[in-house]
Amino acid sequence: MPIALRPDPFEPYAELLEYQAGQPRLSGQYGATCAFVGTMRDFNEGDTVRAMTLEHYPGMTENQLGHILDEARRRWTFLDALVIHRVGDILPGQPIVLVAVWSAHRNAAFEACRYLMEELKHRAPFWKKETLAEGARWVERNTEG
Amino acid sequence: MSITVRYFASLRETLGRAEETLAPDGIHSVIEVWQAVAAGRPLPQGLLCAINLEYAEPGAPVRDGDEVAFFPPVTGG
Repeated sequence: MPIALRPDPFEPYAELLEYQAGQPRLSGQYGATCAFVGTMRDFNEGDTVRAMTLEHYPGMTENQLGHILDEARRRWTFLDALVIHRVGDILPGQPIVLVAVWSAHRNAAFEACRYLMEELKHRAPFWKKETLAEGARWVERNTEG
Repeated sequence: MSITVRYFASLRETLGRAEETLAPDGIHSVIEVWQAVAAGRPLPQGLLCAINLEYAEPGAPVRDGDEVAFFPPVTGG
């Protein structure tokens, strides 16, 4: 169940297919794939956002994502999961995060994917700093769902 | 030996430093680390703490050689 932090832009759908193709044990085993892609908007709180920088806590980020994956494993039966998250400078339209879950049946894929994403939002030590026309500001809290 | 203290995001910018080290003498908990680096000021509401890459409460014990971190609420994803 890989976790990857990416300093460069990534294409989530290509990553999904490439990872899936590289896992022969998935072949024929999964009936459900659930994928969430989070993408940078060019607006937030009524302002135009030109760019964003994602800071993280190297080491702790991977640890926390690992804990979240372990917890999801205990709650649902699924075959595999993939988490890719951008760090560094990001532009509007670029993907920020990919969470994907493969399972035999749809419920575990839906539920585990949502759990991984929500827990990531609340526990993984990432911080967003937005660049506006007037200057930069830290995002202080997550938006509701 | 010493205690390493790290700061992230807006707190790092406010303090103007990302990291410092403290002599471990007289420091037994996360809150005592904060008081040592913040000249006794109270821990700001909502600030999060970690010891050795795991979340920790302000009262959690700190030992010589630990890495303690303080940061604002997380906003990834």
